[in-house]
Amino acid sequence: MNKLTSRIDKERLFLGVAAPLLAIVAALLVTTLVILATGKNPGAAFSDMVTYGFASDSQVYILNKATTYYLAGVAVAIGFRMNLFNIGVDGQYRLAAFVAAAVGGALTVPGWLAVPVIILCAMGTGALWAAIAGVLKVTRGVSEVIATIMLNSIATAIIGYLLQPGKLGQLDDGGTLVSTKPLPSSSFLPNIDTGPAGVLDSLIVLAVVVGVAYWFILGRTRFGYDLRTVGQSESAAAASGVSVKKMIATSMIISGAVAGLIGMPTLLNEGHQYDNSFPAGIGFTGIAIALLGRNNPVGIALGALLWGFLERTTNHLEFQGYDKEILGVIQGVIVLCVVIAYEVVRRYGLKRQQQRVGAELAAQAAKPTEMQEVA
Amino acid sequence: MTATMTDAPPPAAPKAPGGADKRPGRSTTRLFLIVAGALLLIAVVRLITGANQLTSEGQVNAALGLAVPIGLAGLAGLWSERAGVVNIGLEGMMILGTFGAGWIGWQSSPWLGLLCGIGFGVLGGLVHAVATVTFGVDHIVSGVAINLLALGATQYLAKLFFAGGKAAEAGGNPKQSPPVDSLTDITVPGLSGALHSVERHHWFLVSDIAGILGGIVTDVSVVTILAVLLFVGSWWVLWRTSFGLRLRSCGENPVAAESLGVNVYQYKYAAVAISGGLAGLGGAFLALVTSHTYLEGQTGGRGYIGLAAMIFGNWRPGGLAMGAALFGYSDALQLRNGGVTVHALLLLLVVLLAALAGWKLYRKALWQGVISAVMAVLVLAWYLFTDEVPSDFVGATPYVVTLLVLSLSAQRLRMPKADGMRYRKGQGK
Repeated sequence: MNKLTSRIDKERLFLGVAAPLLAIVAALLVTTLVILATGKNPGAAFSDMVTYGFASDSQVYILNKATTYYLAGVAVAIGFRMNLFNIGVDGQYRLAAFVAAAVGGALTVPGWLAVPVIILCAMGTGALWAAIAGVLKVTRGVSEVIATIMLNSIATAIIGYLLQPGKLGQLDDGGTLVSTKPLPSSSFLPNIDTGPAGVLDSLIVLAVVVGVAYWFILGRTRFGYDLRTVGQSESAAAASGVSVKKMIATSMIISGAVAGLIGMPTLLNEGHQYDNSFPAGIGFTGIAIALLGRNNPVGIALGALLWGFLERTTNHLEFQGYDKEILGVIQGVIVLCVVIAYEVVRRYGLKRQQQRVGAELAAQAAKPTEMQEVA
Repeated sequence: MTATMTDAPPPAAPKAPGGADKRPGRSTTRLFLIVAGALLLIAVVRLITGANQLTSEGQVNAALGLAVPIGLAGLAGLWSERAGVVNIGLEGMMILGTFGAGWIGWQSSPWLGLLCGIGFGVLGGLVHAVATVTFGVDHIVSGVAINLLALGATQYLAKLFFAGGKAAEAGGNPKQSPPVDSLTDITVPGLSGALHSVERHHWFLVSDIAGILGGIVTDVSVVTILAVLLFVGSWWVLWRTSFGLRLRSCGENPVAAESLGVNVYQYKYAAVAISGGLAGLGGAFLALVTSHTYLEGQTGGRGYIGLAAMIFGNWRPGGLAMGAALFGYSDALQLRNGGVTVHALLLLLVVLLAALAGWKLYRKALWQGVISAVMAVLVLAWYLFTDEVPSDFVGATPYVVTLLVLSLSAQRLRMPKADGMRYRKGQGK
């Protein structure tokens, strides 16, 4: 029996690694073909990406990007574990960052108090915005996909309305850019200086904390267990005494609260204000990264790093005579290949399992006549 | 065979003369009454507020132009969801359509561009079909991936095709194709002018109808007419032919369909490919009719809005058309600086809410009635104490309306039973 379990684990590990590997190989293949089709040399492009991507300043840049992406990936993944598609992470984080920036700009309390208030404010806003979709789903049966898409657009409208001079916005000195009142410098979070390589956002710590909490709560607590049960079978969860509706609303709210954190590294470490150049669309990046990382805390981190790496290095390709727009192609192909590869590998694993069980049963049936070792 | 329990007419069985005759008759009368009532209400509101833009020819014409791409996206969603495949990749397929139309369109004729837009959309649809039908990937996941891929691919190709050589000389750049010739616009001679002169008098109801009709017969793109025909055609094919019945059976109960000898995979493939083509046509409309050029980010989320319009319309072409018209109308309001017009519509909202409150109270639904009444009073206060609705809110109107409608009626909506579910051949054994 011991032998058997150890073998299954190895196989599961193999299957788990096979899918992303398969996808990345496929994506490399497609990218190579695309570059070849434009009459350029793909080999040189890849080697440039690798050398440039592993330079120390690139690594700091990638880590900073990955911090934001990781938070987005986790926010989406919390919904995914419940079979909830929180497409609205995008609107949630933008609205949250905007409200937090407005509150932070108006606060006059010392920094040690202001920073937690700003962060809590962002989490609260994100949670509230997601709660609308969650409540509509459990009370009125509205699909969360459509509700959150609508809420994304409504969030854009609200920000557009409030971010005007005379409301919550103000014109900068140049008279061209409207932003919220910048945070007082006491609310700036210190950055980690890594020397010539640049500065590392200190909120990378926050991403790590969120990742550990995600792993712990989902994998090691009763709540997390219930949440995963609902995701896998609502009827089974209901039969074991879990209130499905409550779980849906709760996980939507938690997802929104984490989404609220997405804008914090940009706000507290980098920009210190919300304006029209605040990064948009990270919610959708988060969906891709959660898919890539298979909702696994470590997997999401790898996905976020990969995304940062691709962004940094394809940008540099421009100087080598390639088109930096190849980024979108690579990313799209990776995501599509990943989801297909997961499905193929899952099916293969299922087949293997069925064969094994079948073999075991056959062996058991044969046992009375001749003793046989289970292979 | 499906046990339907909704107010909406269940998908009627074709070739059943008795049943088929009765139902359309009844629902046509109902539809006519609803439209007539809405017209009357709008005419009253226009008279009280003096917001003549409400039913002006220009407003209706702009609304029509904006409704078409949304309607086509919704129709695309309808085809694929009726066959049981959720298609959130509509946005990506529309993007492919805009690119295809711009790419071929500027080099040759816009008609070939239109075809190419449809072709690119079909290509996107086929990718979705391969992922969801053949490989059984989750439909929403695959859709999101297609949106990413379509955006990335078109950005890359636009840089390659529009930023250099002859294209750049003709006015192209990485985010934009060179301009494309116009497709034909059609104006009904005589009628258009006559209606316009009637509309200018601002008579009660008469001018409103003249304005709306005028908007429909003046400078209408041929693609708009094509879209209307596609709507009627889709309804006919899906609800009046055996092909349509089989296709819908794949969305309701694929196992049963399979047991009757329907090749479910084939039908799903066909439905998703048609869906992609329609979405591509919607994108091509944006590129060729709305702006005469491919522009990056031109679709602006219309694929998602189309999906919402389809749900709004309860997975039926008629309701979907109404949803698309609503979105188009409010989009047009925003574009035509409609702060004042939307302000007038607040009054309409007050009337509707008050009526709803009365109805709910009459039906002894106390809570809902009181909430509706309070809302009516609040909106009335908003109407009385302001002159104009901020333009940002005008833009958000369709989204808020969709949310409200969905939350009020989601339980009455009935999606195809096996929509979004994974289906494997032989799973029913």
